[in-house]
Amino acid sequence: MSHLRPEVRSRALELIALYPERRSALIPICHLAQEQDGWLRPEAMEEIAELVGVTPAEVRGTATFYDMLHTEEVGTYLVSVCTNIACLLGGALELLEHAEETLGVRAGGTTEDGAITLEEAECLADCDRVPCVQVNHRYVGGQTPESFDRLVADLRAGRLTDTVPSHGTLVRVRRSVGLQADRQEVARQRAAMAGAQAARAAERERQKAAAGEGGAGSASGGGQG
Amino acid sequence: MAVTETPRIVTSRIGYEDSHTIDRYLATGGYEALRKALSMTPEAVAAEVDAASLLGRGGAGFPAGRKWSMLRKDPVTYLVVNGDESEPATFKDHLLVERDPHQLLEGVLIAAYALHVSLAFFYLRGEFALGLERLQQALNDAYAHGAAGHDVFGSGFSIDVVVHPGAGAYICGEETALLESLEGKRGFPRIKPPFFPAAIGLYGQPTVVNNVETMSNLPWIVLNGGAAFAALGQGRSAGTRLFALSGHVRNPGTYELEMVKTTFRDLIYAPVLGGGVRGGNELKAFIPGGVSAPWFGPDQVDLPLGQDEVAEAGSMLGSGSIVVMDSATCMVRAAWRITRFFARESCGQCTPCREGSGWLERVLYRIEHGGGREEDLDLLLDVSDNISPGLQWPPLQTTICVLGPSIPSSIHSAISMFRDEFLLHVKEGACPHA
Repeated sequence: MSHLRPEVRSRALELIALYPERRSALIPICHLAQEQDGWLRPEAMEEIAELVGVTPAEVRGTATFYDMLHTEEVGTYLVSVCTNIACLLGGALELLEHAEETLGVRAGGTTEDGAITLEEAECLADCDRVPCVQVNHRYVGGQTPESFDRLVADLRAGRLTDTVPSHGTLVRVRRSVGLQADRQEVARQRAAMAGAQAARAAERERQKAAAGEGGAGSASGGGQG
Repeated sequence: MAVTETPRIVTSRIGYEDSHTIDRYLATGGYEALRKALSMTPEAVAAEVDAASLLGRGGAGFPAGRKWSMLRKDPVTYLVVNGDESEPATFKDHLLVERDPHQLLEGVLIAAYALHVSLAFFYLRGEFALGLERLQQALNDAYAHGAAGHDVFGSGFSIDVVVHPGAGAYICGEETALLESLEGKRGFPRIKPPFFPAAIGLYGQPTVVNNVETMSNLPWIVLNGGAAFAALGQGRSAGTRLFALSGHVRNPGTYELEMVKTTFRDLIYAPVLGGGVRGGNELKAFIPGGVSAPWFGPDQVDLPLGQDEVAEAGSMLGSGSIVVMDSATCMVRAAWRITRFFARESCGQCTPCREGSGWLERVLYRIEHGGGREEDLDLLLDVSDNISPGLQWPPLQTTICVLGPSIPSSIHSAISMFRDEFLLHVKEGACPHA
């Protein structure tokens, strides 16, 4: 029994078809799973693993690297308050403190009604409107404590559902076409390239042999594990 | 002053409410550059870009033409656009993606043609939900218009483009980490050599990675010629550039300016640009090119906005983002917040970066919150020196990527420029600005 709904699963298969290697679709499909469930459920990660051909642990290991992929439940609205340098200079820490007090949760927590998860974010690239706030990754402009309270009231009353879909829905515009470039032509180019690469590799081997043992000393000194 | 006469190369449409639509794009000369490029040989298109002396707009400032020419001998397999804009206080690519996605896409199609590439990827940071939607819509419309896909405009050239969302990680702006992420893995930077994308990139194949702003310049360069672009600016800094101005200025925003011809003073104080320091306060310091860059004081405000000029003065123009701090700013707090960012975003592969960033953040935190000691200043510099020996500029590297060596910049700057302020925190056992 598939955890992902048939429509979501078929969208996942469409995504996989866009990439030369199926694992590339891992993160985009994680977004789709979050669109369905609001967060990344273990069942979803197992199914994604099967879809892209890796183990569930590899899906979890990848997902936990990324701030936007949530392996624990998230509120309907993820409110992200940036406190990085430009926002800091515009009073972001004070705004975050206000948000924590009025919502009754610390950054990282979710309100009891499950409506709002508050998050302290790194720079969201909207630094001329500070302090920058996003709700479910939609910009809502620079906020003051007063406007923040109105924003929360609007979210709770469902007045922003048109502009801010519930958490997990990232891209509402679907790709309209599959890949079109001539695959045979691409294959021909790839073959030519593989030939060139083999030639280069052979050349490197030849040079290496000519120069004797290369040694392992790398310029960056990062190979000591 | 020259600031109002700047030609608008990448921001010509942003005044339109519907600047992101294909209708507006076609009504303002859209896809004419692609048609022109397709009438030329790929090599001639690449030569125009070379002639433009376009430096990459991502942060490192590597010549785009050279990035392409490194691959001329071997077929390039993939073109990847770096739209992971996450350097703190940098918000120019955000503007270009949301407000003119077709211009960006046209640049990518031109580059793909010049490089003989048939598959290109946009890696866009996941937090750009609106940008992702607009770019996907633009791509759908471009396919329907015949500008992308099979047999573009009847030229025989075929190209597919895929919009790929990131998922929140600063490190994925580093090009090899971006490629790992695009392969569906954790964003761990790869060691160079051997993993230069031009040689061993996406799926191990030769790959060109270019920034959003770099790509957005290409339609203008093809239409007007590389020489026209190179005639703007001065020296190695050709053309115009987007500068993202934030912090304590009256008019923060993104401004397109001719390089070198404008100074930091113009940008911060000109009424049509920054409009001066907020509240008429004194300028205390400014960051000239993203938080990885060493800071400047008021005495350096007359430096021109040029790559080499800023480098010679001991910092970098980097990602083109300028942060202004006024006289009321606590410099310990500023340095602490920047350092905490690096501590949170370190991928964890290399010990100096992973451990050092956390120690530095905790020491700065305790100084800011009244628990600091005088010897903490030496400790901060000592740990910094372990991440980047000698604390010189440009920094030496002990790590796989440049995130680590970027950490000491703000700390070293803050202590060098505002040592007394640190000592006052220690002496008073509290932040004097609180």
